[in-house]
Amino acid sequence: MKSAISCKNIIKRFGEHTILKNLSIEIPKGKITTILGYSGAGKSTLMKHFLGLVKPTQGSLTVLDQNVPTLSDDELRKFRKRFGMLFQYAALFDSLTTYENIAFPLKEFTDLNKNEILERVKELLTAVGLNEDSLYKLPSELSGGMRKRVGLARALALKPEILLYDEPTTGLDPITTKMVNDLITTTGRTENTTELTSVIISHDIQATLKISDYIAFLEKGEIIEFSPTEEFKNTTHPTIRKFLDLTTH
Amino acid sequence: MLAIKNVFNKFFEIVGENVLSKLEGIGSFATHFFSIMYWTFKSPYRIKLFIDQLYFIGNKSLFIVALTSLFSGMVITYQTYIGMKVMGAYTLVGPIVVLTIAKELAPVFSAIIVTGRCGAAMAAEIGTMKVTEQIDALEVMGISSRQYLGVPRVWATMVALPLLNLVFLFVANVGSWFVGVELLGIEEAKYYAKLKEFVDFNVLLEGLIKAGVFGYIVGLIGTYHGFKVQGGAEGVGKGTNAAVVWGMIVILILDYFLTSLLVRLLYDYGV
Ligand SMILES: Nc1ncnc2c1ncn2[C@@H]1O[C@H](COP(=O)(O)OP(=O)(O)O)[C@@H](O)[C@H]1O
Ligand SMILES: [Mg+2]
Repeated sequence: MKSAISCKNIIKRFGEHTILKNLSIEIPKGKITTILGYSGAGKSTLMKHFLGLVKPTQGSLTVLDQNVPTLSDDELRKFRKRFGMLFQYAALFDSLTTYENIAFPLKEFTDLNKNEILERVKELLTAVGLNEDSLYKLPSELSGGMRKRVGLARALALKPEILLYDEPTTGLDPITTKMVNDLITTTGRTENTTELTSVIISHDIQATLKISDYIAFLEKGEIIEFSPTEEFKNTTHPTIRKFLDLTTH
Repeated sequence: MLAIKNVFNKFFEIVGENVLSKLEGIGSFATHFFSIMYWTFKSPYRIKLFIDQLYFIGNKSLFIVALTSLFSGMVITYQTYIGMKVMGAYTLVGPIVVLTIAKELAPVFSAIIVTGRCGAAMAAEIGTMKVTEQIDALEVMGISSRQYLGVPRVWATMVALPLLNLVFLFVANVGSWFVGVELLGIEEAKYYAKLKEFVDFNVLLEGLIKAGVFGYIVGLIGTYHGFKVQGGAEGVGKGTNAAVVWGMIVILILDYFLTSLLVRLLYDYGV
Protein backbone atom coordinates (compact mmCIF):
# COMPACT_ATOMS: atom_id res chain seq x y z
CA MET A 1 0.00 0.00 0.00
CA LYS A 2 1.17 3.54 -0.75
CA SER A 3 2.00 5.81 2.15
CA ALA A 4 0.85 9.39 2.36
CA ILE A 5 3.13 10.06 5.30
CA SER A 6 6.28 8.15 6.11
CA CYS A 7 8.29 8.79 9.27
CA LYS A 8 11.52 6.95 9.82
CA ASN A 9 13.34 7.03 13.17
CA ILE A 10 12.23 10.52 14.04
CA ILE A 11 13.74 12.07 17.14
CA LYS A 12 12.51 15.44 18.36
CA ARG A 13 14.05 17.33 21.23
CA PHE A 14 12.95 20.61 22.73
CA GLY A 15 16.02 21.70 24.65
CA GLU A 16 16.72 18.92 27.13
CA HIS A 17 13.39 17.16 26.63
CA THR A 18 13.08 14.41 24.09
CA ILE A 19 9.47 14.43 22.93
CA LEU A 20 9.66 11.93 20.08
CA LYS A 21 12.08 9.00 20.38
CA ASN A 22 12.91 7.02 17.32
CA LEU A 23 9.39 7.24 15.98
CA SER A 24 8.49 5.41 12.78
CA ILE A 25 5.11 5.16 11.10
CA GLU A 26 3.72 4.71 7.57
CA ILE A 27 0.32 6.34 7.21
CA PRO A 28 -1.53 4.81 4.26
CA LYS A 29 -2.96 6.92 1.45
CA GLY A 30 -6.72 7.30 1.12
CA LYS A 31 -7.53 5.91 4.56
CA ILE A 32 -8.61 7.24 7.93
CA THR A 33 -5.84 6.83 10.50
CA THR A 34 -6.13 7.82 14.14
CA ILE A 35 -3.23 8.47 16.45
CA LEU A 36 -4.21 7.73 20.04
CA GLY A 37 -2.31 8.58 23.18
CA TYR A 38 -2.45 10.26 26.56
CA SER A 39 -2.16 14.04 26.69
CA GLY A 40 1.42 15.18 26.54
CA ALA A 41 2.45 12.09 24.59
CA GLY A 42 3.59 14.24 21.67
CA LYS A 43 0.64 13.82 19.29
CA SER A 44 0.28 17.47 18.32
CA THR A 45 4.04 17.77 17.95
CA LEU A 46 4.00 14.83 15.55
CA MET A 47 1.19 16.43 13.52
CA LYS A 48 3.15 19.68 13.30
CA HIS A 49 6.02 17.67 11.79
CA PHE A 50 3.73 16.58 8.93
CA LEU A 51 3.10 20.22 8.06
CA GLY A 52 6.71 21.25 8.44
CA LEU A 53 5.78 23.59 11.30
CA VAL A 54 8.28 21.69 13.44
CA LYS A 55 11.47 20.09 12.13
CA PRO A 56 12.75 16.75 13.43
CA THR A 57 16.02 16.80 15.34
CA GLN A 58 16.93 13.58 13.56
CA GLY A 59 15.32 11.11 11.19
CA SER A 60 13.54 11.36 7.87
CA LEU A 61 10.05 12.45 7.04
CA THR A 62 8.42 12.05 3.65
CA VAL A 63 4.96 13.49 3.14
CA LEU A 64 3.20 13.28 -0.24
CA ASP A 65 6.55 12.37 -1.79
CA GLN A 66 8.22 15.50 -0.40
CA ASN A 67 11.23 15.38 1.87
CA VAL A 68 9.69 17.84 4.33
CA PRO A 69 12.69 18.82 6.52
CA THR A 70 14.65 19.93 3.46
CA LEU A 71 11.97 22.25 2.04
CA SER A 72 12.63 25.98 2.14
CA ASP A 73 10.14 28.33 3.80
CA ASP A 74 8.62 29.25 0.44
CA GLU A 75 8.37 25.63 -0.62
CA LEU A 76 6.78 24.78 2.72
CA ARG A 77 4.10 27.41 2.26
CA LYS A 78 3.23 25.94 -1.14
CA PHE A 79 3.36 22.44 0.27
CA ARG A 80 0.93 23.28 3.07
CA LYS A 81 -1.77 24.11 0.52
CA ARG A 82 -2.09 20.36 -0.05
CA PHE A 83 -3.37 20.03 3.53
CA GLY A 84 -6.59 20.89 5.26
CA MET A 85 -6.75 21.13 9.00
CA LEU A 86 -9.69 21.16 11.38
CA PHE A 87 -8.77 22.76 14.70
CA GLN A 88 -10.19 21.89 18.09
CA TYR A 89 -12.31 25.04 18.25
CA ALA A 90 -12.54 25.42 14.48
CA ALA A 91 -10.28 28.53 14.50
CA LEU A 92 -12.61 30.48 12.19
CA PHE A 93 -11.53 34.06 11.50
CA ASP A 94 -13.88 35.83 13.85
CA SER A 95 -14.12 39.07 11.91
CA LEU A 96 -15.26 37.23 8.77
CA THR A 97 -18.64 35.71 7.90
CA THR A 98 -19.16 32.04 7.10
CA TYR A 99 -18.96 32.87 3.41
CA GLU A 100 -15.76 34.90 3.81
CA ASN A 101 -14.17 32.19 5.95
CA ILE A 102 -14.78 29.44 3.42
CA ALA A 103 -13.94 31.71 0.50
CA PHE A 104 -10.69 32.82 2.17
CA PRO A 105 -8.39 30.11 0.75
CA LEU A 106 -10.19 30.31 -2.60
CA LYS A 107 -9.57 34.07 -2.86
CA GLU A 108 -5.97 33.66 -1.73
CA PHE A 109 -4.93 30.78 -3.90
CA THR A 110 -7.21 30.38 -6.93
CA ASP A 111 -8.14 32.50 -9.94
CA LEU A 112 -11.86 31.83 -9.51
CA ASN A 113 -14.10 34.85 -10.02
CA LYS A 114 -16.73 36.02 -7.53
CA ASN A 115 -19.53 33.85 -8.92
CA GLU A 116 -17.40 30.75 -9.12
CA ILE A 117 -16.27 31.28 -5.53
CA LEU A 118 -19.85 31.69 -4.33
CA GLU A 119 -20.82 28.48 -6.15
CA ARG A 120 -17.92 26.57 -4.62
CA VAL A 121 -18.71 27.91 -1.14
CA LYS A 122 -22.35 26.78 -1.46
CA GLU A 123 -21.17 23.39 -2.67
CA LEU A 124 -18.87 23.03 0.35
CA LEU A 125 -21.61 24.21 2.70
CA THR A 126 -23.90 21.47 1.42
CA ALA A 127 -21.11 18.90 1.75
CA VAL A 128 -20.78 19.64 5.47
CA GLY A 129 -24.53 19.70 6.00
CA LEU A 130 -25.20 23.42 6.42
CA ASN A 131 -27.74 25.48 4.53
CA GLU A 132 -27.40 28.93 3.06
CA ASP A 133 -28.93 30.64 6.10
CA SER A 134 -25.54 30.63 7.79
CA LEU A 135 -23.76 32.11 4.78
CA TYR A 136 -23.58 35.69 6.05
CA LYS A 137 -23.43 35.02 9.78
CA LEU A 138 -20.34 35.71 11.88
CA PRO A 139 -18.73 32.84 13.82
CA SER A 140 -20.07 34.34 17.06
CA GLU A 141 -23.61 33.79 15.77
CA LEU A 142 -23.02 30.08 15.10
CA SER A 143 -23.22 27.14 17.51
CA GLY A 144 -20.10 25.12 18.33
CA GLY A 145 -21.19 22.32 16.02
CA MET A 146 -21.91 24.69 13.15
CA ARG A 147 -18.52 26.34 13.60
CA LYS A 148 -16.87 22.93 13.29
CA ARG A 149 -18.77 22.35 10.07
CA VAL A 150 -17.67 25.70 8.65
CA GLY A 151 -14.11 24.92 9.74
CA LEU A 152 -14.27 21.66 7.86
CA ALA A 153 -15.71 23.35 4.77
CA ARG A 154 -12.82 25.83 4.85
CA ALA A 155 -10.33 22.96 5.25
CA LEU A 156 -11.85 21.21 2.23
CA ALA A 157 -11.99 24.29 0.00
CA LEU A 158 -8.75 23.66 -1.88
CA LYS A 159 -9.41 19.92 -2.24
CA PRO A 160 -6.64 18.82 0.12
CA GLU A 161 -4.85 15.53 -0.20
CA ILE A 162 -4.42 15.18 3.54
CA LEU A 163 -6.95 16.29 6.12
CA LEU A 164 -5.69 16.69 9.69
CA TYR A 165 -7.90 16.76 12.75
CA ASP A 166 -6.36 17.71 16.10
CA GLU A 167 -8.68 16.41 18.81
CA PRO A 168 -11.79 17.17 16.80
CA THR A 169 -14.24 16.24 19.55
CA THR A 170 -12.44 17.19 22.76
CA GLY A 171 -14.65 19.43 24.85
CA LEU A 172 -17.79 18.91 22.76
CA ASP A 173 -21.13 17.62 24.06
CA PRO A 174 -22.13 14.06 23.10
CA ILE A 175 -24.51 15.10 20.32
CA THR A 176 -22.05 17.44 18.63
CA THR A 177 -19.34 14.79 19.12
CA LYS A 178 -21.42 12.29 17.19
CA MET A 179 -22.09 14.84 14.49
CA VAL A 180 -18.40 15.63 14.08
CA ASN A 181 -17.49 11.96 13.97
CA ASP A 182 -20.14 11.30 11.33
CA LEU A 183 -18.78 14.25 9.40
CA ILE A 184 -15.24 12.85 9.53
CA THR A 185 -16.40 9.51 8.17
CA THR A 186 -18.57 10.94 5.41
CA THR A 187 -15.80 13.30 4.40
CA GLY A 188 -13.10 10.66 4.57
CA ARG A 189 -15.15 8.10 2.68
CA THR A 190 -17.06 10.08 0.09
CA GLU A 191 -14.89 13.08 -0.87
CA ASN A 192 -12.83 11.44 -3.61
CA THR A 193 -12.39 8.34 -1.46
CA THR A 194 -9.20 7.04 -2.95
CA GLU A 195 -7.46 10.39 -2.77
CA LEU A 196 -8.16 11.93 0.62
CA THR A 197 -6.04 10.76 3.53
CA SER A 198 -7.44 11.62 6.97
CA VAL A 199 -5.27 11.75 10.07
CA ILE A 200 -6.98 12.23 13.42
CA ILE A 201 -5.46 12.87 16.82
CA SER A 202 -7.73 11.73 19.57
CA HIS A 203 -8.16 10.15 22.94
CA ASP A 204 -11.80 9.29 22.36
CA ILE A 205 -11.43 5.53 22.03
CA GLN A 206 -15.08 4.74 21.24
CA ALA A 207 -15.24 7.04 18.25
CA THR A 208 -11.78 6.03 17.10
CA LEU A 209 -12.76 2.39 16.91
CA LYS A 210 -15.85 3.32 14.89
CA ILE A 211 -14.39 5.68 12.35
CA SER A 212 -10.77 4.63 11.74
CA ASP A 213 -9.30 2.23 9.21
CA TYR A 214 -5.98 2.22 11.05
CA ILE A 215 -5.05 3.09 14.61
CA ALA A 216 -1.66 4.02 16.02
CA PHE A 217 -0.83 4.36 19.68
CA LEU A 218 1.75 6.95 20.72
CA GLU A 219 3.30 6.44 24.13
CA LYS A 220 6.33 8.28 25.53
CA GLY A 221 7.40 9.46 22.11
CA GLU A 222 7.15 6.14 20.34
CA ILE A 223 4.51 4.38 18.27
CA ILE A 224 4.00 1.21 20.28
CA GLU A 225 1.24 -0.23 18.11
CA PHE A 226 0.01 0.45 14.59
CA SER A 227 -2.53 -1.80 12.99
CA PRO A 228 -5.90 -2.01 11.22
CA THR A 229 -8.78 -1.28 13.59
CA GLU A 230 -9.95 -4.90 13.96
CA GLU A 231 -6.47 -6.03 14.96
CA PHE A 232 -5.99 -3.06 17.25
CA LYS A 233 -9.10 -3.97 19.25
CA ASN A 234 -7.51 -7.30 20.17
CA THR A 235 -4.04 -6.03 20.97
CA THR A 236 -2.33 -7.64 23.93
CA HIS A 237 -0.03 -4.71 24.60
CA PRO A 238 -0.55 -3.98 28.32
CA THR A 239 -0.40 -0.14 28.10
CA ILE A 240 -2.97 -0.08 25.32
CA ARG A 241 -5.20 -2.67 26.98
CA LYS A 242 -5.24 -0.45 30.03
CA PHE A 243 -6.14 2.58 27.90
CA LEU A 244 -8.86 0.61 26.08
CA ASP A 245 -10.31 -0.83 29.28
CA LEU A 246 -10.15 2.50 31.10
CA THR A 247 -12.04 4.35 28.45
CA THR A 248 -14.56 1.72 27.35
CA HIS A 249 -16.09 1.23 30.80
CA MET B 1 30.63 34.73 55.80
CA LEU B 2 28.58 32.02 54.21
CA ALA B 3 25.42 34.02 54.71
CA ILE B 4 26.93 37.00 52.91
CA LYS B 5 28.08 34.77 50.10
CA ASN B 6 24.59 33.36 49.77
CA VAL B 7 23.09 36.81 49.66
CA PHE B 8 25.56 37.76 46.97
CA ASN B 9 24.80 34.65 44.96
CA LYS B 10 21.10 35.24 45.26
CA PHE B 11 21.55 38.85 44.23
CA PHE B 12 23.47 37.97 41.09
CA GLU B 13 21.09 35.16 40.31
CA ILE B 14 18.11 37.50 40.37
CA VAL B 15 19.87 40.30 38.52
CA GLY B 16 21.24 37.80 36.01
CA GLU B 17 17.86 36.25 35.37
CA ASN B 18 16.24 39.63 34.90
CA VAL B 19 18.92 40.83 32.53
CA LEU B 20 18.76 37.60 30.57
CA SER B 21 15.01 37.68 30.22
CA LYS B 22 15.17 41.34 29.15
CA LEU B 23 17.87 40.48 26.61
CA GLU B 24 15.73 37.63 25.36
CA GLY B 25 12.87 40.08 25.01
CA ILE B 26 15.05 42.44 22.99
CA GLY B 27 16.15 39.51 20.83
CA SER B 28 12.64 38.44 19.98
CA PHE B 29 11.59 42.04 19.41
CA ALA B 30 14.46 42.40 16.95
CA THR B 31 13.35 39.21 15.22
CA HIS B 32 9.85 40.66 14.95
CA PHE B 33 11.25 43.84 13.44
CA PHE B 34 13.30 41.99 10.82
CA SER B 35 10.41 39.69 10.03
CA ILE B 36 8.10 42.66 9.41
CA MET B 37 10.75 44.24 7.17
CA TYR B 38 11.30 41.01 5.25
CA TRP B 39 7.60 40.46 4.66
CA THR B 40 7.03 44.08 3.66
CA PHE B 41 9.00 43.57 0.48
CA LYS B 42 7.60 40.18 -0.43
CA SER B 43 4.54 39.80 -2.61
CA PRO B 44 1.60 39.58 -2.36
CA TYR B 45 1.34 43.19 -1.23
CA ARG B 46 -1.71 43.56 0.94
CA ILE B 47 -2.79 47.07 -0.07
CA LYS B 48 -6.41 46.53 0.90
CA LEU B 49 -5.51 45.37 4.40
CA PHE B 50 -3.24 48.40 4.75
CA ILE B 51 -6.05 50.77 3.78
CA ASP B 52 -8.47 48.98 6.12
CA GLN B 53 -6.02 49.53 8.97
CA LEU B 54 -5.59 53.18 8.05
CA TYR B 55 -9.37 53.64 8.31
CA PHE B 56 -9.41 51.72 11.55
CA ILE B 57 -6.76 53.95 13.13
CA GLY B 58 -8.38 57.14 11.86
CA ASN B 59 -11.76 56.01 13.09
CA LYS B 60 -10.51 55.14 16.52
CA SER B 61 -8.36 58.16 17.20
CA LEU B 62 -9.41 61.15 15.09
CA PHE B 63 -12.09 62.44 17.45
CA ILE B 64 -9.97 61.98 20.57
CA VAL B 65 -6.97 63.63 18.95
CA ALA B 66 -9.10 66.61 17.95
CA LEU B 67 -10.66 66.94 21.39
CA THR B 68 -7.46 66.62 23.41
CA SER B 69 -5.50 68.85 21.07
CA LEU B 70 -8.03 71.67 21.46
CA PHE B 71 -7.68 71.69 25.24
CA SER B 72 -3.92 71.12 25.20
CA GLY B 73 -3.53 74.14 22.95
CA MET B 74 -5.75 76.19 25.25
CA VAL B 75 -4.04 75.28 28.51
CA ILE B 76 -0.51 75.65 27.21
CA THR B 77 -1.37 79.13 25.97
CA TYR B 78 -2.85 80.04 29.32
CA GLN B 79 0.23 78.88 31.23
CA THR B 80 2.69 80.46 28.85
CA TYR B 81 0.82 83.75 28.94
CA ILE B 82 0.98 83.83 32.74
CA GLY B 83 4.70 83.10 32.67
CA MET B 84 5.51 85.59 29.95
CA LYS B 85 3.34 88.34 31.36
CA VAL B 86 5.48 88.40 34.52
CA MET B 87 8.50 89.03 32.35
CA GLY B 88 6.62 91.43 30.15
CA ALA B 89 7.29 89.38 27.07
CA TYR B 90 3.78 88.24 26.30
CA THR B 91 4.20 88.89 22.57
CA LEU B 92 6.32 85.74 22.58
CA VAL B 93 3.35 83.61 23.64
CA GLY B 94 2.37 82.90 20.02
CA PRO B 95 5.70 81.51 18.83
CA ILE B 96 6.46 79.66 22.07
CA VAL B 97 3.13 77.92 22.02
CA VAL B 98 3.32 77.08 18.34
CA LEU B 99 6.82 75.70 18.69
CA THR B 100 5.87 73.60 21.72
CA ILE B 101 2.87 72.17 19.96
CA ALA B 102 4.53 71.51 16.63
CA LYS B 103 7.75 70.04 17.99
CA GLU B 104 6.53 68.17 21.06
CA LEU B 105 2.87 68.13 22.01
CA ALA B 106 1.45 67.15 18.65
CA PRO B 107 3.68 64.15 17.88
CA VAL B 108 3.97 62.88 21.47
CA PHE B 109 0.32 63.26 22.44
CA SER B 110 -0.94 61.84 19.15
CA ALA B 111 1.38 58.87 19.56
CA ILE B 112 0.21 58.25 23.11
CA ILE B 113 -3.42 58.41 22.04
CA VAL B 114 -2.76 56.00 19.17
CA THR B 115 -0.91 53.66 21.55
CA GLY B 116 -3.89 53.55 23.89
CA ARG B 117 -6.50 53.26 21.18
CA CYS B 118 -4.80 51.25 18.43
CA GLY B 119 -1.61 49.66 19.80
CA ALA B 120 -3.74 48.08 22.50
CA ALA B 121 -6.38 47.00 19.99
CA MET B 122 -3.73 45.41 17.78
CA ALA B 123 -2.27 43.42 20.65
CA ALA B 124 -5.74 42.31 21.75
CA GLU B 125 -6.85 41.37 18.26
CA ILE B 126 -3.73 39.45 17.26
CA GLY B 127 -3.44 37.91 20.75
CA THR B 128 -7.01 36.62 20.54
CA MET B 129 -6.27 35.15 17.14
CA LYS B 130 -3.22 33.47 18.61
CA VAL B 131 -4.99 31.79 21.52
CA THR B 132 -7.91 30.67 19.37
CA GLU B 133 -5.53 29.10 16.82
CA GLN B 134 -6.54 31.52 14.04
CA ILE B 135 -2.85 32.34 13.56
CA ASP B 136 -2.11 28.62 13.20
CA ALA B 137 -4.96 28.37 10.72
CA LEU B 138 -3.31 31.08 8.60
CA GLU B 139 0.08 29.41 8.76
CA VAL B 140 -1.37 26.01 7.88
CA MET B 141 -2.93 27.59 4.80
CA GLY B 142 0.54 28.70 3.82
CA ILE B 143 -0.01 32.38 4.68
CA SER B 144 2.55 34.22 6.79
CA SER B 145 0.71 35.69 9.77
CA ARG B 146 3.33 38.43 10.13
CA GLN B 147 2.73 39.46 6.55
CA TYR B 148 -1.04 39.20 6.71
CA LEU B 149 -1.58 40.76 10.14
CA GLY B 150 1.67 42.48 11.07
CA VAL B 151 2.86 44.37 7.99
CA PRO B 152 -0.38 46.28 7.22
CA ARG B 153 -0.77 47.38 10.84
CA VAL B 154 2.81 48.60 11.29
CA TRP B 155 2.88 50.66 8.10
CA ALA B 156 -0.64 51.97 8.59
CA THR B 157 0.27 53.38 12.02
CA MET B 158 3.38 54.90 10.52
CA VAL B 159 1.36 56.69 7.84
CA ALA B 160 -1.57 57.58 10.11
CA LEU B 161 0.38 59.26 12.89
CA PRO B 162 1.85 62.14 10.84
CA LEU B 163 -1.66 62.82 9.54
CA LEU B 164 -3.07 62.83 13.06
CA ASN B 165 -0.13 65.01 14.03
CA LEU B 166 -1.28 67.60 11.49
CA VAL B 167 -4.81 67.49 12.85
CA PHE B 168 -3.49 67.95 16.37
CA LEU B 169 -1.33 70.84 15.28
CA PHE B 170 -4.14 72.64 13.50
CA VAL B 171 -6.79 72.20 16.20
CA ALA B 172 -4.36 72.99 19.04
CA ASN B 173 -3.42 76.24 17.34
CA VAL B 174 -7.05 77.15 16.95
CA GLY B 175 -7.43 76.58 20.70
CA SER B 176 -4.32 78.60 21.38
CA TRP B 177 -5.50 81.51 19.24
CA PHE B 178 -8.88 81.44 20.95
CA VAL B 179 -7.42 81.63 24.46
CA GLY B 180 -4.61 84.00 23.56
CA VAL B 181 -6.46 86.48 21.40
CA GLU B 182 -10.11 86.11 22.36
CA LEU B 183 -9.91 85.35 26.07
CA LEU B 184 -6.66 86.88 27.27
CA GLY B 185 -6.76 89.77 24.85
CA ILE B 186 -3.34 89.59 23.21
CA GLU B 187 -3.62 91.80 20.16
CA GLU B 188 -3.89 89.61 17.09
CA ALA B 189 -1.14 91.49 15.26
CA LYS B 190 1.26 91.00 18.16
CA TYR B 191 0.22 87.35 18.54
CA TYR B 192 1.22 86.71 14.94
CA ALA B 193 4.08 89.19 14.60
CA LYS B 194 6.83 87.08 16.10
CA LEU B 195 5.57 83.81 14.63
CA LYS B 196 7.28 84.40 11.30
CA GLU B 197 10.59 84.96 13.04
CA PHE B 198 10.70 81.62 14.84
CA VAL B 199 8.49 79.21 12.97
CA ASP B 200 9.48 77.75 9.62
CA PHE B 201 8.97 74.59 7.63
CA ASN B 202 11.61 72.66 9.56
CA VAL B 203 9.56 73.00 12.72
CA LEU B 204 6.69 71.29 10.98
CA LEU B 205 9.07 68.70 9.55
CA GLU B 206 10.49 67.88 12.97
CA GLY B 207 7.01 67.04 14.27
CA LEU B 208 6.14 65.01 11.20
CA ILE B 209 9.33 62.94 11.34
CA LYS B 210 8.80 62.26 15.02
CA ALA B 211 5.20 61.26 14.42
CA GLY B 212 6.25 58.88 11.65
CA VAL B 213 8.91 57.21 13.78
CA PHE B 214 6.53 56.97 16.75
CA GLY B 215 3.86 55.48 14.49
CA TYR B 216 6.18 52.80 13.24
CA ILE B 217 7.25 51.95 16.80
CA VAL B 218 3.68 51.90 18.14
CA GLY B 219 2.63 49.51 15.36
CA LEU B 220 5.67 47.34 15.93
CA ILE B 221 5.12 47.15 19.70
CA GLY B 222 1.37 46.54 19.41
CA THR B 223 1.75 43.69 16.93
CA TYR B 224 4.76 42.26 18.78
CA HIS B 225 2.82 41.91 22.01
CA GLY B 226 -0.07 40.38 20.08
CA PHE B 227 2.04 37.66 18.50
CA LYS B 228 3.74 37.02 21.84
CA VAL B 229 0.51 36.20 23.67
CA GLN B 230 0.37 32.82 25.31
CA GLY B 231 -2.34 31.08 27.27
CA GLY B 232 -5.97 32.12 27.26
CA ALA B 233 -7.88 35.34 27.86
CA GLU B 234 -5.47 36.23 30.64
CA GLY B 235 -2.58 36.17 28.21
CA VAL B 236 -4.47 38.53 25.90
CA GLY B 237 -5.02 40.96 28.79
CA LYS B 238 -1.34 40.91 29.68
CA GLY B 239 -0.32 41.44 26.06
CA THR B 240 -2.68 44.39 25.66
CA ASN B 241 -1.38 45.97 28.83
CA ALA B 242 2.24 45.43 27.83
CA ALA B 243 1.59 47.02 24.44
CA VAL B 244 0.28 50.22 26.07
CA VAL B 245 2.90 50.46 28.81
CA TRP B 246 5.87 49.74 26.56
CA GLY B 247 4.45 51.90 23.82
CA MET B 248 4.31 54.94 26.10
CA ILE B 249 7.69 54.31 27.71
CA VAL B 250 9.43 53.91 24.38
CA ILE B 251 7.76 57.00 22.87
CA LEU B 252 8.84 59.24 25.74
CA ILE B 253 12.41 57.95 25.87
CA LEU B 254 12.80 57.94 22.12
CA ASP B 255 11.45 61.49 21.99
CA TYR B 256 14.51 62.81 23.79
CA PHE B 257 17.02 61.11 21.52
CA LEU B 258 15.06 61.92 18.41
CA THR B 259 14.91 65.57 19.46
CA SER B 260 18.65 65.83 19.98
CA LEU B 261 19.24 64.19 16.62
CA LEU B 262 16.73 66.29 14.67
CA VAL B 263 17.86 69.53 16.26
CA ARG B 264 21.31 68.88 14.82
CA LEU B 265 20.00 67.85 11.43
CA LEU B 266 17.31 70.43 10.86
CA TYR B 267 18.43 73.67 12.48
CA ASP B 268 21.43 75.82 12.97
CA TYR B 269 21.10 76.45 16.72
CA GLY B 270 24.69 75.62 17.47
CA VAL B 271 23.86 72.95 20.06
N1 LIG C 1 7.56 24.31 21.09
C1 LIG C 1 7.75 23.55 22.19
N2 LIG C 1 8.77 23.80 23.02
C2 LIG C 1 8.99 23.05 24.11
N3 LIG C 1 8.23 22.00 24.47
C3 LIG C 1 7.19 21.68 23.69
C4 LIG C 1 6.88 22.43 22.50
N4 LIG C 1 5.78 21.89 21.92
C5 LIG C 1 5.42 20.84 22.70
N5 LIG C 1 6.25 20.71 23.76
C6 LIG C 1 6.17 19.68 24.81
O1 LIG C 1 6.05 18.43 24.18
C7 LIG C 1 5.20 17.57 24.93
C8 LIG C 1 4.15 16.98 24.01
O2 LIG C 1 3.26 18.00 23.63
P1 LIG C 1 2.08 17.75 22.58
O3 LIG C 1 2.66 17.30 21.30
O4 LIG C 1 1.24 18.97 22.54
O5 LIG C 1 1.28 16.56 23.26
P2 LIG C 1 -0.19 16.00 22.94
O6 LIG C 1 -0.71 16.67 21.75
O7 LIG C 1 0.00 14.53 22.77
O8 LIG C 1 -1.01 16.28 24.17
C9 LIG C 1 4.61 18.40 26.06
O9 LIG C 1 5.30 18.05 27.24
C10 LIG C 1 4.92 19.81 25.65
O10 LIG C 1 5.15 20.61 26.80
MG1 LIG D 1 -2.36 18.01 21.45
